[in-house]
Amino acid sequence: MRIVVCMKRVPDTESVIRIAPDGGAVETADLSYIINPYDEYAIEAALQLKEADGEGSQVVLLTVGEAAAESTIRKGLAMGADEAVLLQVPRDLGDPLQTARLLAEWLKSNGADLVLAGKQGVDYDHGAVPGMVAELLGWAGATAVCALTRDGTGLVVEREVEGGRERVRLPLPCVVSADKGLNEPRYASLKGIMGAKKKPLTVVDSPAQAEVLGKLEAPAARPAGRVVGQGSQAAVELARLLKDEARVL
Amino acid sequence: MKIICLMDVTEGRERPASRELLGAARQLKAAAGGDVLALVPASGDFSHLGAWGADAVHTLSGLDGAFSSDAHAAALALAVEELGADLLLVSAGSRGRELAPRLAARLGRPLVSECTELVHQGGLRATRPIFAGKVLLKTPVALPAILTLRPKVFTAGEEGSAAPCHDMPQKAGEMKAVVTEILAAAGGKLDVSEADIVVSGGRGVGGPEGFAPLEALAGQLGAAVGASRAAVDAGWRPHSQQVGQTGKVVNPTLYIACGISGAIQHLAGMKNSRYIVAINKDPEAPIFKVADYGIVGDLFEVVPALQAALA
Repeated sequence: MRIVVCMKRVPDTESVIRIAPDGGAVETADLSYIINPYDEYAIEAALQLKEADGEGSQVVLLTVGEAAAESTIRKGLAMGADEAVLLQVPRDLGDPLQTARLLAEWLKSNGADLVLAGKQGVDYDHGAVPGMVAELLGWAGATAVCALTRDGTGLVVEREVEGGRERVRLPLPCVVSADKGLNEPRYASLKGIMGAKKKPLTVVDSPAQAEVLGKLEAPAARPAGRVVGQGSQAAVELARLLKDEARVL
Repeated sequence: MKIICLMDVTEGRERPASRELLGAARQLKAAAGGDVLALVPASGDFSHLGAWGADAVHTLSGLDGAFSSDAHAAALALAVEELGADLLLVSAGSRGRELAPRLAARLGRPLVSECTELVHQGGLRATRPIFAGKVLLKTPVALPAILTLRPKVFTAGEEGSAAPCHDMPQKAGEMKAVVTEILAAAGGKLDVSEADIVVSGGRGVGGPEGFAPLEALAGQLGAAVGASRAAVDAGWRPHSQQVGQTGKVVNPTLYIACGISGAIQHLAGMKNSRYIVAINKDPEAPIFKVADYGIVGDLFEVVPALQAALA
């Protein structure tokens, strides 16, 4: 089975995000980057499927991003993917449909039996690209899955829905996006890290231009916090404040 | 402006978040004029949606039965094109987050996800949190477009009268992915993203059994139980309850954080709650910086005392 995992690099989730002086972008100078956390679940799922399949299976990482994404992609290769392709754009795209079209075009020409991705990038938080890719390819899809198993010629996945889970059966080829809880992503071994340097990483130049997103603003600050008391005796005062001042109970 | 609001229907009823779409559409109509249509992917009499802001209701009885993201998207896209819309509003729940990207790709329209504010002044502008709310993006929306709205942000109001309700002939065509089974959570528990009150626990809870007093308080208040990443990564709670950047972003009326220090990725998921209560032993915990009401103390003493005080 040929599995393509769409992944991207994102700022570390512990990062403080600063807005550039022109208000049109975030300051990238001090940021450290990681594999998008949800994409790690997708990579792990792909590696597990490959391991279960044995010989003949292949895991390809596919990224739309800037040239600097290469070091993050190598981390994915170190986890165990076989090769990677970077669809290189001059600046990170913020528009999911534009990104999805680049990915779908590549997938149409290069083929895949299964496309995996994280459910959303923790940068722009659209959570839209996997579903768009599925639609553009005319394939089945399921988003934000927390369980995935092979089932004959297809897959059975589970998704968290309000108040429960649903089970979805889908044929191959298909696009599945991963939620946290799907698996426990492995750490790259030293051997994996050394080996990743020699794995093929193909860079394809893409002319796609990032559109101006709009204006970035810091969210309104909350009023300064207030401590109402110490220990269990403060609970009575808290109950009063919730009832009489906040009026939420 | 012609606005279509896609309803999310479970067991023959629209979800509350769907009524919020109608509330948002009514506000836009007041500013820009136009029509508000409710599109219901099911059969039934949904004329009551008129009271929530719909001028007309269109049902798709052909979509009764099993849900298929691909087949439903195809039928809904046909309906949207037939009705014609400048703006399609979808609620950012589990269903809407699956359908909206497909509709955007199929119709070739831009998608703006998880909007928290819409303003019409000369043109439409949407606000959406990015980086889990660490930054707000204010973006002009070129019509026609598709927007998903974050649940529990926009106000639904029941004030008008019933609207005419028509059925459209679209059928679900070939289904590729099919929902075969719904596995309900034990006791049909309230989801953290939909609850008005969330009682959350973190590392300070100490273990899975430490959530018992939180469960008891939540039961008394009709609240959902949430958890920090530390508690989820330790295996104490399921990921479906995680609040934060790699969990759910919630905005309840009241968020009670117990034994949660307030890491930046957790704050990103809950700091838009209307009121925040923090209970933590460490007076230096960053959670106290955002808490409207903080108590420095042991949650195993404070939470039962709070439960007694509220009884």
